[in-house]
Amino acid sequence: MKISKKSNSIFLVLITLSFVLTSFGILAAEKAIVLKGSTTVLPIAQPCAEVFMDQSPNIDISVQGGGSGVGIASLIDGTCDIGNSSRPAKEEEIKTAKEKGVEIYANIIARDAIAVIVNPANQVEGLTLDQIKDIYLGKISNWSEIGGKDQAIVVVSRDSASGTFETFNELVLKKEKLRPDALMQASNAAVATTVATTRGAIGYVGLGYVTDKVKAIKVNNTLPSKETVNDNSYPLARPLFMYTNGQPEGTIKEFLDFVLGAEGQKLVEENGFLSVQ
Amino acid sequence: MHKKKEKIIRWVFSILAFSSLFFLVGITITLFTSGLPVFREKGILEFILGKEWYPTYNPPAFGILPLIMASFLVTIGAVMICVPLGVGSALFINELANHRQKAILKPIIEILASIPSIVYGFFGMVLVAPCLQKIFHLPVGQTAFTGSLVLGIMATPTVCSISEDALSFVPQSYREASLALGGNRWQTLTRVIIPAAGSGLSTGIILGMSRAIGETMTVLMVTGGAAIIPTSFFQPVRPMTATIAAEMGETVVGSIHYHALFAIGLVLFLITLLFNIIAEIISRRYRLKLGLGR
Repeated sequence: MKISKKSNSIFLVLITLSFVLTSFGILAAEKAIVLKGSTTVLPIAQPCAEVFMDQSPNIDISVQGGGSGVGIASLIDGTCDIGNSSRPAKEEEIKTAKEKGVEIYANIIARDAIAVIVNPANQVEGLTLDQIKDIYLGKISNWSEIGGKDQAIVVVSRDSASGTFETFNELVLKKEKLRPDALMQASNAAVATTVATTRGAIGYVGLGYVTDKVKAIKVNNTLPSKETVNDNSYPLARPLFMYTNGQPEGTIKEFLDFVLGAEGQKLVEENGFLSVQ
Repeated sequence: MHKKKEKIIRWVFSILAFSSLFFLVGITITLFTSGLPVFREKGILEFILGKEWYPTYNPPAFGILPLIMASFLVTIGAVMICVPLGVGSALFINELANHRQKAILKPIIEILASIPSIVYGFFGMVLVAPCLQKIFHLPVGQTAFTGSLVLGIMATPTVCSISEDALSFVPQSYREASLALGGNRWQTLTRVIIPAAGSGLSTGIILGMSRAIGETMTVLMVTGGAAIIPTSFFQPVRPMTATIAAEMGETVVGSIHYHALFAIGLVLFLITLLFNIIAEIISRRYRLKLGLGR
């Protein structure tokens, strides 16, 4: 009885000690940066954070997804240091931020082109912006109307709440209502898979998600590529953001300088995005 | 000394047991406080019976009727698949299988239950949807039916294990009595055992249904996500859960869209609550019937 009690208390002490030690361990890595937000920005943020941490071991960076809205909301709440977003902050977000004393500062870290993709079996090589708009609004519903086979068009879109959709909505749909029976997919990868497995499908994804299983078509006679985005001839391009509270300072500035520097921008290009330099 | 210790342990465990009540209350309050603002702005009827879901347009439309109907359509389809599969396997395991077959089948069905839903989603998206598209010559493979099929397979273990429990609760004396009166195996099964276990079987089916209606990741990946009022099983649909999962991360926190997503959660919560209450009532009745109630 006595012995078991003693061992019990030793056990308790050990547990308490280990808790105390781990909490000290967390405190020791003082310089921690938390990134949260857009899944589109994730493939840039992740490798940049890894390489940066290798170079400066005393800085700890954690990268989380969640979506553009989550990124900006967390920045406002103070639960992250950098809010990743694939869309510009909205007026209501900037207003809430001001009320809470947060100044949303935009850092454009890369550019992304939205590629319009079809199934490889489709003969259509290019469409104009107006044709794409009419397809997404439901005015054109068969490929034969635009030079393809007699086949119904299956319209695939990103979810109407996503940053990618918002850009597409602004640049192509001009805020008109998408046909209600369009397939709404939750991620870029899901859009690509659906288009790859559906013969009559048309969809749009970030340039980094174009593989040989889908075919990117010309938009207004231009294929999406680094060159055509940089000389502004490709019409569907958008900036990607890392929002900070005010102008970045200290370790956050160090990290953003790295992302915007030669090494970071190389990682941006390796992952299928376009550098801002 | 001992009494004191016992008292402490009693307290600790009752706190642990009541903590789930605390979570339930917390979740309910959050759902109501975050969901109700949308009704103030749009009205309950307009929200539930509205036929258009355009949350990000100007002006936005928050009608969730297509989403509710999609959830029910997919669930009904799933029930039509998981009930024969689940109850059938339970009957086989309990009544016909020998020891070896039982030893193989039960763990396999349990493994089916432990596969993460995202894996079912992958399976449905990459394999089932393209197959169905080819077999039925559909323009697109991601349809309500695809969702039903995958969800039906997912819900089968729930239905099967509860049905199996119900069947094994039927006292051996019932079986013996029926056989002694000259009933053959089939008659014993259909006229004695199934009626005796009937309420247990229906509990299993209802719990399978609430599993299907609440499932998120799989339907998000395989049902296509078009917010239209479905007119056939072979159309893309957008269930309630998929809508919340897809849009919550991207919306502006505190906006009316955000509150609308909570309101969908509230509707879903009330539906599954109803299912669970029904299941509870039926299973209570069944315990009384067999003289197992207290």
